[in-house]
Amino acid sequence: MPTFVHTDKCDGCKGGQVTACMYICPNNLMKLDTERMKAFNQEPDQCWECQCCVKACPQQAIEVRAYQDVVPMGGQVIPMRTDTTIMWTIKFRDGEVKRFKFPVRTTPVGSIDPYAGKPGVGDLDSNLLFTEAGKTLPTI
Amino acid sequence: MSGTFGNPEIVDVTADILIIGGGMAACGAAYEARRWAPDAKITLVDKAALDRSGAVAMGLSAINTYLGEQKPEDYVRMVSADLMGITRDDLVYDVGRHVDDSVHLFEEWGLPIWKDKGSEDVALKDGGKPVRSGRWQIMINGEGYKTIVAEAAKKALGIDNIIERCFIVKLLLDEKDPNRIAGAVGFSVREHKLFVFKANAILLVAGGAVNCFRPRSVGEGNGRTWYPVWNAGSTYAMAAEVGAELTMMENRFVPARFKDGYGPVGAWFLLFKSQALNGFGENYVTKNAHMLADFAPYDKAAVVPTCLRNHAMLHEMKEGRGPIMMDTPTAMKKLAETMTPKEIKHLEAEAWEDFLDMCIGQAGVWAGMNIRPEVTASELMPTEPYLLGSHSGCCGIWVSGPEDLNSPANWKWGYNRMTTVKGLFTAGDGVGASGHKFSSGSHAEGRIAGKNMVRFVRDNKGYAPALKGDIKAIAEEIYVPVRNYMEHKDKTTAEDVNPNYILPRMLQMRLQKLMDEYVAGVSTYYNTNARLLAQGLHLLTMLKEDSKLMRAKDLHELMRAWENYHRIITAEAHLRHIQFREETRYPGFFYRADFPNLDEANWKCFVNSKIDVATGEWKCFKVPHKDLVEKHYTGQAKH
Repeated sequence: MPTFVHTDKCDGCKGGQVTACMYICPNNLMKLDTERMKAFNQEPDQCWECQCCVKACPQQAIEVRAYQDVVPMGGQVIPMRTDTTIMWTIKFRDGEVKRFKFPVRTTPVGSIDPYAGKPGVGDLDSNLLFTEAGKTLPTI
Repeated sequence: MSGTFGNPEIVDVTADILIIGGGMAACGAAYEARRWAPDAKITLVDKAALDRSGAVAMGLSAINTYLGEQKPEDYVRMVSADLMGITRDDLVYDVGRHVDDSVHLFEEWGLPIWKDKGSEDVALKDGGKPVRSGRWQIMINGEGYKTIVAEAAKKALGIDNIIERCFIVKLLLDEKDPNRIAGAVGFSVREHKLFVFKANAILLVAGGAVNCFRPRSVGEGNGRTWYPVWNAGSTYAMAAEVGAELTMMENRFVPARFKDGYGPVGAWFLLFKSQALNGFGENYVTKNAHMLADFAPYDKAAVVPTCLRNHAMLHEMKEGRGPIMMDTPTAMKKLAETMTPKEIKHLEAEAWEDFLDMCIGQAGVWAGMNIRPEVTASELMPTEPYLLGSHSGCCGIWVSGPEDLNSPANWKWGYNRMTTVKGLFTAGDGVGASGHKFSSGSHAEGRIAGKNMVRFVRDNKGYAPALKGDIKAIAEEIYVPVRNYMEHKDKTTAEDVNPNYILPRMLQMRLQKLMDEYVAGVSTYYNTNARLLAQGLHLLTMLKEDSKLMRAKDLHELMRAWENYHRIITAEAHLRHIQFREETRYPGFFYRADFPNLDEANWKCFVNSKIDVATGEWKCFKVPHKDLVEKHYTGQAKH
């Protein structure tokens, strides 16, 4: 189910050296064709279909089409993600469309203050993690 | 300034602690270690981008390890039984007593966790009741799980201490101390830079191994593996090559999942109470209970072990009673009997979310095949084999455990989660003989390792790493595939067909073919024997020789070349361990056809292995097993 890029929608992230899809792909698949200034999937049969690039694309230029060695044609699964929710549109081969919306996060992006309000460090030689300060660990 | 293709700029980095990997364990380690060592130089190197790297990149629909009010002892019992009795109770118990703390952090950071009615707005740490899809599992809206955990790790470590798109391919020992880790080398997959790291302590957490075996889908579907396609066995291979002792590398995981998309079945079984049936509507686990009794006492575990359920399924498939179907319509009809239309709609959304949060490809398969779970049952299929230590498998590296538990002395010789190589730690998929950690347990285990690395660095304060070997020669070795390409590419009119080199892709297919055919892959219904293994090893040895002839036409292909080298070493460990263990311990995952029975008297033990760094020779050996928690096998509760 490799990704593909709509030619008319991709703007190569406006000439940046690293496009959003290149930045995020966990398998290093998305690549910028610097002559056309369009991104493409350089190794479609290594695509995990995680849709990380689809979710990250500022132009919504990327889609996934089911892998043709297995799946009948015509279905679509399209995410629209914001910082708090994700909306999915699922189109069946027979044309039926379903939509689902789910939360992705309860706090604002960038708001994590990792050590705020946490205990300071205790005994480095104990088996307690720093957030477990004062706890008695069970043993066997 | 960066170098040119084939002539990379060499970048030297010296750190107190080096974290290799970017998944849950790496993020946990970064978070914990930085707190204990605010002034230390801690560097994290990730092959991808931290926001979406590792096994949780796509998201997850459940956290599979959250104890809540349950005892770590019972968690230990479940893990041991599912892995047919041979696990390290000390390591599992240790995960069990720390894991909830990580889950509480995830919720605080912003991960939406489903709650039972009446405690919707109460945090887990304040007594909120999670929606459980199983005894140990809780449901989440986890599409953004990794981005949340990564944000905390980035903030903790500082963005300047994270190097992304850098692939570490080799660990380096100390020149003066033969069993002391000193550094690591790798390259940027985007810029012409070769990184040479020196460190006092190193955490190797680069995931499990995928695509060592020929997958069921070999065309475009090749990438739709169950576990992440980018997990190349780097953890096991790099540890083995510096002489770290491995354990239980014969263990593998063959998940039975929705066919072709590999979508999760856990929520279907546990939350929606669906049944899996053979092609004639029979429950094959109940029907074949007598077959499972051959593997007593594990057939009488509170939950039938995963491999035994596969064993019953494979029997039906081989006898011609497929296809195996998940009966989703009956389950949904039954649930709907007591529900309002609104609740039914919600139930349908939950069923789809289970895929969309963690296995979007399966939603694509259903959409393309017009499958609606309330109307059409879906086919199940056992996958190609996977090697991992954090999910329902337990291969990995032999590590020292916590010193405060009742374990034998040879299980706690040093720092918690340190391997047999001084200064080299691991966690998550890297730690062997302790499965069922999943995402939360891997994070918690990363934190355990993180704290212990800080202890190690404190105790080894004066250490100045001196790398063994000539760095220039090592850099040349890493760039051999590039040299092969440059030297020979113009000798034929089509650069992909050239007698002087092999494409990483072809090498991978050769590995997959031989592992499939000789080392109990899908085409033999997971069967092998001593003769097949000997032939497999013969072919694997030639493949290893040919790996020096791989080509790389760009940095991306150089990454593939080294990933495949790591796959070969991992596959070799797997083969040698299977060869050594002369019994069938995990029917349904693989069969030694020449030793078809479980042999508790001779093989209720760990199998460990080690490469002699000087000679390159592998050695496999038995290590006694001990139960630290008493186990009960009293059968499954009747529904």
